[in-house]
Amino acid sequence: MSNQALPRPRFNAPDPERGTKAALKIETSSAPLLQGRVSEVPDAVFGWAMRFCGFAVVALLALIVYQLVAGSQLSWHAFGLKFFGQSDWNPVEDQYGALPFMYGTIVSSLLSLVIAVPLSLGVAVFITEMCPVGFRGILSFTTELLAAIPSVVYGLWAIFVMVPLLREYVQPFLGKTLGWTGLFTGPPYGIGMLAAGIILAIMIIPIISSITREVLTVVPQHQREAVLALGATRWEMIRMGVLRNARAGIVGAIILGLGRALGETMAVTMVIGNRPEIAKSLFAPGYTMASVLANEFTEATGDLYLSALIEIGLALFFVTIVVNALARIMVWSVTRGQPARSLA
Amino acid sequence: MTGVALLTVALVLLPLFAIFAYLVYKGIGSINWAFLTQTPKPVGEPGGGMANAIVGSMVILGIASLMGVPMGIGAGIFLSEYGRNRYGDIVRFVSDVLNGVPSIVIGIVAYGLVVMRQKHFSALAGGVALAIMMIPTIARTTEQMLLLVPQAIREAAYGLGVSRWRTTLSITLRTATSGVITGVMLAFARVAGETAPLLFTAFGNQFWNWKSDQPTAALSLQIFTYAISPFDEWHKQAWAGSLVLIILIVSAVAAVRLAVKHGTLSGA
Repeated sequence: MSNQALPRPRFNAPDPERGTKAALKIETSSAPLLQGRVSEVPDAVFGWAMRFCGFAVVALLALIVYQLVAGSQLSWHAFGLKFFGQSDWNPVEDQYGALPFMYGTIVSSLLSLVIAVPLSLGVAVFITEMCPVGFRGILSFTTELLAAIPSVVYGLWAIFVMVPLLREYVQPFLGKTLGWTGLFTGPPYGIGMLAAGIILAIMIIPIISSITREVLTVVPQHQREAVLALGATRWEMIRMGVLRNARAGIVGAIILGLGRALGETMAVTMVIGNRPEIAKSLFAPGYTMASVLANEFTEATGDLYLSALIEIGLALFFVTIVVNALARIMVWSVTRGQPARSLA
Repeated sequence: MTGVALLTVALVLLPLFAIFAYLVYKGIGSINWAFLTQTPKPVGEPGGGMANAIVGSMVILGIASLMGVPMGIGAGIFLSEYGRNRYGDIVRFVSDVLNGVPSIVIGIVAYGLVVMRQKHFSALAGGVALAIMMIPTIARTTEQMLLLVPQAIREAAYGLGVSRWRTTLSITLRTATSGVITGVMLAFARVAGETAPLLFTAFGNQFWNWKSDQPTAALSLQIFTYAISPFDEWHKQAWAGSLVLIILIVSAVAAVRLAVKHGTLSGA
């Protein structure tokens, strides 16, 4: 579209240099110099081409919604809301319920937050408040390198390095010490909900810590000085002067991390065990919404099967949209004063 | 307290170093001339490589860039030059939301859009999926870079009688080139390692394929297939493939850092 618009104006476009010369020569003339020479057509065409690109983004979102809604009609009519309350997933008898996948997605994401939030806050606070200035850039660059590693490579590392470690050392230890909670019982397979939670945590730490860092740096310096002047220690200053002021932004960062964890596919698929069961123990294998799509979408033979999978995709889409929108608004409220509006 | 903070930093950096160390340690032994020039061998036969996957990844990424980059830059120009109003806010918000859509869902959409129509898994479908993921990222970074260009420069161009479209393309966009390229490369690096949206679009292929409407191998897909297979030989290849993929991506990110440092915008 924009390419079509480009060649046309060549005839009308004024040469900037000639324009200057003309302006110097005819100083006394009262007639507008460029009248009749600058056509408004190319400007209009270009403007509309750019608007087209902008609105294509909105159209893209609409297209995604349409594809998902249209694709899931069959399953929606067959099961209705029961789809999300049923735990039976049986392609042979064409019975589909999304409950085990929703459970797996939610539990693995929450578990990853439990691990990632304290760590990312620690890193963000260290970088903004304690780290020597010269060291700051290197440290934040290194943490962000974690974000550049593809999900499938995380999965590969998790399968061959992390899972054996969990199986041999971490899980037996947890089972012995915390087995009474019921969360850490059963045979230590290595793969399972715990492994998924840990690898997700490693993957969302860069997001949470980099946004938290951004939010912490916009906390005004005099807030820190005021708290210190009242006789606070450094820790009290960080807690009362910095973290409390940046609360909304930090929560936003955490929710953004949650959004990423909910939709993460490959690494989780490789270590969660892929069994549609709801178990209390974190050692047990599970399944998430994203990984059932990854595993079964190409093998879905029946129309209803495919439609049920697309409905899971639709549900995943809406959950992440809501979570992300919420997070954006919270981060904006700290870094820009008001959400969405005050950009200009 | 400083101790606790230091401990968290150590805990975060530990997996990073562990991953890189293992990648190099396991991968370097399996990267050789055959790995870079041959197609996969059947199970049980040693040797073979990922040449078709490396080329396939490049083809898919090329298709994605052809569609995604102009569209993304166009949307960025709209946001910064025409979108300082409510419509711009809508597009801005939608791009941020699109950025958060899980990649696997984008894969479903590309499946419905391309694969269902063509009745084929194809490189084209993979490219469409990755392009959809690139557009919002490029749009937002382009916008930010164009906004850094001082208003006075635009006004100077208008004052010389240069039309608006020409100002935007030859003055504003030109000034922000390095920043825009940075954004494009970041988006590129982000989708380069994507696997989930390719699972049911490009699908993967064990052989050479030069047609854009046939199933095409991709490095990330090949790594996934090999990693979850039970064969030792394939595991080695998966490590080697990961190392190649990481080297490609990290060098792109490093190039971005360099471009920003020496870019025309760094002083602005």
